Amino acid sequence: MGELVTVRLTVNGTPREGRCEPRKLLVDFLREDLGLTGTHVGCEHGICGACTVLLDGQAARSCLMLAVQAEGSEIVTVEGLARNGQLHPLQEAFREHHGLQCGFCTPGMLMTILDFLRVNPDPTEAEIREGISAVLCRCTGYQGIVNAVKAAAPVLRQRGA
Amino acid sequence: EAVTSVGRHVMTSGSRWIGKSVKRVEDGRLLTGRGAFIDDHPPVANPFHAAIVRSPHAHARILGYDVAAALAMPGVVGVVTGEDVGKGTRPFPVGVTAPVHYYPAATDRARFVGEPVAVVVARDRYLAEDAAEAVVVHYEPLPAVVDPERALAPDAPVLHPAVGTNLAGHRRLVYGDPDRAFAEADVIIRERFTFPKYGSTPIETYGVIARWDPLDGVLTIWSNFMGPFIMHPLVSRVLGLPENRLRFVVPPDIGGSFGIKTSIYPYLALIGFTAMRLGVPVKWIEDRREHLLASSSGTDRVAYRELAARRDGTVLGMRFRWYDNVGGYIRSPEPGCSFRPTGNFVGPYRVQHLEVDASVVMTNKSLTGPNRGYACGHLYFETERMMDLLAERLGLDPVEVRRRNLIPPEAFPYRTPTGGLYDSGDYPKAFQLALDTARYEELRAEQARARAEGRYVGIGVALAVDPSVSNMGYVATALDPQFRAKPEYLPKSGAVESASLTVDPLGRVIAILGTTPQGQGHQTIVSQIVADELGLRPEDVTVVDEMDTFTRVWSISSGTYSSRFGSVGTSAVALAARKLKAKLLAYAAHLLEVPVSEVEWTEGGARRRSGRGPTYSIKDLAGRAHWNTQSLPEGMEPALHATAVFGFDVARAVDPEDRVNSSNTYGFIAEVMAVEVDPETAAVRILRYVTVHDAGTIINPMIVEGQIYGGALHGLGGALYEELRYDDDGQCLTATFMDYLVPTASEAPTIEIAHLASPSPLTTLGAKGLGESSSMTVPAVIANAVSDALAPLGVRITELPMTPDRLWRLIRDARRRTA
Repeated sequence: MGELVTVRLTVNGTPREGRCEPRKLLVDFLREDLGLTGTHVGCEHGICGACTVLLDGQAARSCLMLAVQAEGSEIVTVEGLARNGQLHPLQEAFREHHGLQCGFCTPGMLMTILDFLRVNPDPTEAEIREGISAVLCRCTGYQGIVNAVKAAAPVLRQRGA
Repeated sequence: EAVTSVGRHVMTSGSRWIGKSVKRVEDGRLLTGRGAFIDDHPPVANPFHAAIVRSPHAHARILGYDVAAALAMPGVVGVVTGEDVGKGTRPFPVGVTAPVHYYPAATDRARFVGEPVAVVVARDRYLAEDAAEAVVVHYEPLPAVVDPERALAPDAPVLHPAVGTNLAGHRRLVYGDPDRAFAEADVIIRERFTFPKYGSTPIETYGVIARWDPLDGVLTIWSNFMGPFIMHPLVSRVLGLPENRLRFVVPPDIGGSFGIKTSIYPYLALIGFTAMRLGVPVKWIEDRREHLLASSSGTDRVAYRELAARRDGTVLGMRFRWYDNVGGYIRSPEPGCSFRPTGNFVGPYRVQHLEVDASVVMTNKSLTGPNRGYACGHLYFETERMMDLLAERLGLDPVEVRRRNLIPPEAFPYRTPTGGLYDSGDYPKAFQLALDTARYEELRAEQARARAEGRYVGIGVALAVDPSVSNMGYVATALDPQFRAKPEYLPKSGAVESASLTVDPLGRVIAILGTTPQGQGHQTIVSQIVADELGLRPEDVTVVDEMDTFTRVWSISSGTYSSRFGSVGTSAVALAARKLKAKLLAYAAHLLEVPVSEVEWTEGGARRRSGRGPTYSIKDLAGRAHWNTQSLPEGMEPALHATAVFGFDVARAVDPEDRVNSSNTYGFIAEVMAVEVDPETAAVRILRYVTVHDAGTIINPMIVEGQIYGGALHGLGGALYEELRYDDDGQCLTATFMDYLVPTASEAPTIEIAHLASPSPLTTLGAKGLGESSSMTVPAVIANAVSDALAPLGVRITELPMTPDRLWRLIRDARRRTA
């Protein structure tokens, strides 16, 4: 067993710390050491996108980086989206437009879309499809997700303005 | 609007919730990261973690193991080798009579790359993987074979010496008089097709947690399995445990399956055995590489088709000759790859004469099993291509050729020559709805303009009978009638599901099911049905649908596979609600002091038909019944509870003539697709895609359409991108998502959906399943559309997937021929 190191970071606005091996993946650290099982592991090689979190505001694959690399970072996971029992507008749009079935890719999909809409707040349908192509979903055929992003974009623009 | 929905959703009388796109109750937890998937599920404190050592060889004798180094590594609890598995378990029963000894791990010989050869258990997964690398397995590599036709050559390496051949099973099924039909035909069409090996790759991989309690003798296995199905008895037999000492539990959420998670069961046995052997609770979560190497997929198939027809387009007979590649071992429920569609072999056509020659072949590829559209993607790809080839030969429109052969609406219920009983439908009407929705004539005019400009635009149509709720009796079609006639042979049949409802003292309902949904929204749908039946709101109904073989009412066929829930599951729920309502009415009649025939159920509760006197709401009745049992009529069982078990009378064992009603309800699909092919890059662009479904009564259109979108994309993946490819030595070339290409949103077409509803007379609500839906038609419709687009070059699609390199070669060769 390797030597343990302390990792300190901010998750969903709360300072957190844990001790783990330096080789531990960020996604395993979030799930196992911090108990945040909302972030899922789908491929462990950076393609499926289920493990996507926001790292200092940008979408990042938590299966492709080590926990120690996130030292001092601000991370937002799917658990950080709803506030005071109220779903985030993007979550609401997913529910309204059947943007999820099994829900396994959903956390990574939500985090990817939040970053995408931050960069491109008023996307065309083709841009939405390109934007979410970073995450694989095998249930929905993506149609409900595309519709949800279309519906959420103006709400988030208004919120941001 | 990208999505249109026309047609009519049939509703049962008085339905307020059935037929409505009620938002899903599952979504709250799944959207906020609070789902409970197997890897999130903590049923056991501090389980140990397994890593599986897998064969790097496609075919090799195992000479021995060296596990000392692994055992000495930090945190390691133990190693279980294939030799231990061979000594400590029995092989799985298989669906054929050939002596195939299939164990949960390779015992003396590995037969595909990725086959488990040892399990290492350690304190955590990282340590287990470290130690797995230190396990040394000594192999003597053997020659491999991956092609199902080459595997039958006399000089091919034989995988199972006890079988003596790679042919796991062979059946020649004859219905009617095909020889005569071919002798009398004006035209005979012959073609060879190949269908690729692909799997639906759910984003959540397999996961298993096993705990052995030696004092009780109970092995509990938590997993994202979609059974119990026939696999519970199979695992029980392999481990030598009585069935009431083997407990399967499924957590509330499963991250997709599409049939693939039926084939997790060898791992239930392997991890269960490991937990028993090492005496610690063991958890194993499959990684993606393991999944692509060694989980499950559909078969790759070589098909030789013949079709006999009259000059007017009437199809007289068909011959199928199939070579289905099931990989290193034939694993149950294979050979369903050949026989699952027995009852619907003829699809939507009236043809009466059929010969099916099915060879099930073992090669050094990974194992196969149900994958969305199980066996039907293959079937309809071949049949619908043949219909187009017939149209081309006769100079008829592909639409017209199909119309001339459709089963007419007045023929329902329709008995097919192969034993299927199509319960309801109006195929010509549904087909017309698809053509109208697509504006077929206009599409043809647009195509003519495009062709005049030198563009390669094509239009395809495809039709399919969509079977739901397998009658497990079909599997015996794989056995010879002589074998089935032996007195010791036990026939099999059935398709069963149960539901239990309890009314609490405040009149709200808890519904308990043993289904294992993987995203289909069972909780939402059950709440809609119960709300309608009992005059409640969906939010008054709590639905628990977690399988536990120790507490749920289940039978051999129970589980969430073969599009069962919409048909058999909803029937059980509605029946249980009706039983409960009957009891509430009897109780109300007693309180009202009138015969039960004078009491009716209204939205507000029970009252006299005359309207006189009080109305007892469900809350009133529940409170009285629970708090004061003295108020119950004499002989009435206390508590408000009902369990219903629904089964189909039409689920019969296969008959001596090999006829079997292989499913219980049969929907219909009609599709039209227009594509444009870029002749330089061979890229296929979908211009238009219309799909019409008749699945009987629709309970939740939003969920139904979600199933269609998803199913269509699975079909598209298999038609254009996805293939588990192997080289000639049996090495898998697609063991990552870099190589195994899953469609992303950019590849997903816009889909126009329309519905027709011909309620099933066999189900309580008239609903049929449609979970597999367009996965079985898209390979056919897109192959027809691409063939039509490239018709000026003479390119005909006979092989999938139509990857750009494959299609580009076809275009290049065609141009050389015509140059």
